[in-house]
Amino acid sequence: MREVGVKGYDALMIIIHWSSALLVFGLFVLGWWMVDLTYYSNWYTTAPWWHKSLGLLVLFITLFRVVWRLVKGTPTIDGSAFEKKAAKLGHVLLYISLLAVVFSGYLISTGEGKPISFFDWFDVPALPFQVDQQATLAGAIHEYAAYVLVILALGHGVMALKHHFIDKRSTLIRMIKP
Amino acid sequence: MKTQLLALSAIVGSVLAAPAVADDYVIDTEGQHAFIQFKIKHLGYSWLLGRFNDFEGKFSYDEANPGNASVEVTIDTASVDTNHAERDKHLRSDDFLNTGEYPEASFVSTRYVPDSDDENEGTLYGNFTLNGVTKEIAIEVEQVGAGEDPWGGFRRGFEGEVDLTLADYNIDYNLGPEAKEVELYLSIEGVRQ
Repeated sequence: MREVGVKGYDALMIIIHWSSALLVFGLFVLGWWMVDLTYYSNWYTTAPWWHKSLGLLVLFITLFRVVWRLVKGTPTIDGSAFEKKAAKLGHVLLYISLLAVVFSGYLISTGEGKPISFFDWFDVPALPFQVDQQATLAGAIHEYAAYVLVILALGHGVMALKHHFIDKRSTLIRMIKP
Repeated sequence: MKTQLLALSAIVGSVLAAPAVADDYVIDTEGQHAFIQFKIKHLGYSWLLGRFNDFEGKFSYDEANPGNASVEVTIDTASVDTNHAERDKHLRSDDFLNTGEYPEASFVSTRYVPDSDDENEGTLYGNFTLNGVTKEIAIEVEQVGAGEDPWGGFRRGFEGEVDLTLADYNIDYNLGPEAKEVELYLSIEGVRQ
């Protein structure tokens, strides 16, 4: 990722960052809970509807976010050479797992060629091809990638707090104040 | 005279060629003239239909002695198809077919009892294995027809129906009181080997 000599993130990236965080953890809990719903639960059809629509929202804002980063670049990273490398690696892994989770989720519901509704507003079409047992395969990837993402995101948060409270750096502040 | 001789030799030939040996047929899955479908009540308000796309099998049948018929079919349970990706994923999971652990269902006939009043109908008994559980089932069978096909082969077809109770096969996900049984419908065409 191209580093530019600015101190912080712009307001748009800050909003996207925190809404992604909220959505990722919210969707993780929602997904965890909804897979064990019984057939006669009131939430049996509504919970997946929210999960899919919100998941698509994460997909859209993440794709936008990646493009935005590539166009605008990212602020300089503080710290030693090792810390910079570790931070970059962590961020790349976060993006990879985030995209893996949302994309594999998309592949579950579109596993037999049917589109997914985005909040009953418009349909997101399936890919023009499917693989055998796609929903089951994508479901396994979705589950494991979600665990990886949540663990990485927790590690990401812990490191941000460490930089803030122990290292006394502006790492956390610049993701709060534009 | 010539035609009479031909007819005679045809009769003699057919008698000699049929020493009570049943013909073997391979189920025509390649040409997709065989179907394993199921239906189950949705909440008791309608029928949900599905099918298994991938299976293979063979049967033997002797017109002179239908009681000797036998059948073997193997079903790839992961090929379950109800035209709904998320539902099929759920059906493949251990709530239902548990296809990871039991990728195959099978049916091996033990005996065939033709109806006394109609030799084209009968009951086919056999061992059916699903989700790792084997039970004897009785399939009501009717021969649809048999004869030469236009491409040099000989085909014979049957349809069959059997009701299965899901709990018998350790499938106990609660779909409601009206959805404890599933009806299996088979339409099978075999090509004589």
